Amino acid sequence: MTDPNKVLAFLDIAGRWDPSLAFVMGAAILVYAPAYRWSRTRTKPAFDRAFHLPLRRDLDPPLVLGAILFGVGWGLAGFCPGPALVSAMSFRGDAVLFGAAMLTGMGLFTAWQRARTAARHRTTAPQRPGSSP
Amino acid sequence: MTEFTPIASTLGGLLIGTASATLLLLHGRVAGISGIVGALFDPSTADRSWRVAFVAGLLATGAIAYALVPASFGDAGLTSPAGLVVAGLLVGVGTRLGGGCTSGHGVCGMSRLAPRSLTATALFMVVAIITVFITRHLVG
Repeated sequence: MTDPNKVLAFLDIAGRWDPSLAFVMGAAILVYAPAYRWSRTRTKPAFDRAFHLPLRRDLDPPLVLGAILFGVGWGLAGFCPGPALVSAMSFRGDAVLFGAAMLTGMGLFTAWQRARTAARHRTTAPQRPGSSP
Repeated sequence: MTEFTPIASTLGGLLIGTASATLLLLHGRVAGISGIVGALFDPSTADRSWRVAFVAGLLATGAIAYALVPASFGDAGLTSPAGLVVAGLLVGVGTRLGGGCTSGHGVCGMSRLAPRSLTATALFMVVAIITVFITRHLVG
């Protein structure tokens, strides 16, 4: 995955298709799925007081929009977050530029998220005294 | 354009699965890179040390791998700086908005049969495939 060409060759189903990436994900799931099932028999992980797993099961617009945006970016450059960081350590120009932009995008999202939360708190702030019966 | 490498790919996947399972069983966390890194941008995130340690491991391995096997690193899918910036921003914003990427949703989420992850993974896979089709077969 540190070679975007292999990633793009997997995504290029109309071209000279390389199924290798499917083997990566398949093998990873082959190990992780049993480990997850076994973790359900435990009350806590080895070095923490509790498991911290996402509980939501609903689908919502941010999930859908986020997946679409990620898909476009991934399809354009062939980098996803993990390999992007690993590849940036090669100090190759394209990997560094992509990595910097990716981190910027994450930072911008967080800033926007925090601004939205702050705005929501302001609109539910207590009323001024004497302004309501 | 690239060779089918089933053995190397499987070995890589086994390592990724093992690493993710280790984080789950030792620290109870999802090995979703976008989430691990993304939360560091929020000042209110309290659990920072494990995140920093994880990223440090990732980066250190990258440096070592590049020193030992530089050929395993390849060029990005596009060369224009503007394109790389746009792609990077899309991945950064998209993974945070969507709550995960190929590791968090793809490996960890799908292993749990989590509806959000199955949906997100199917969506970003299809969209990425369409994007590659457009850039490689329709344009230029």
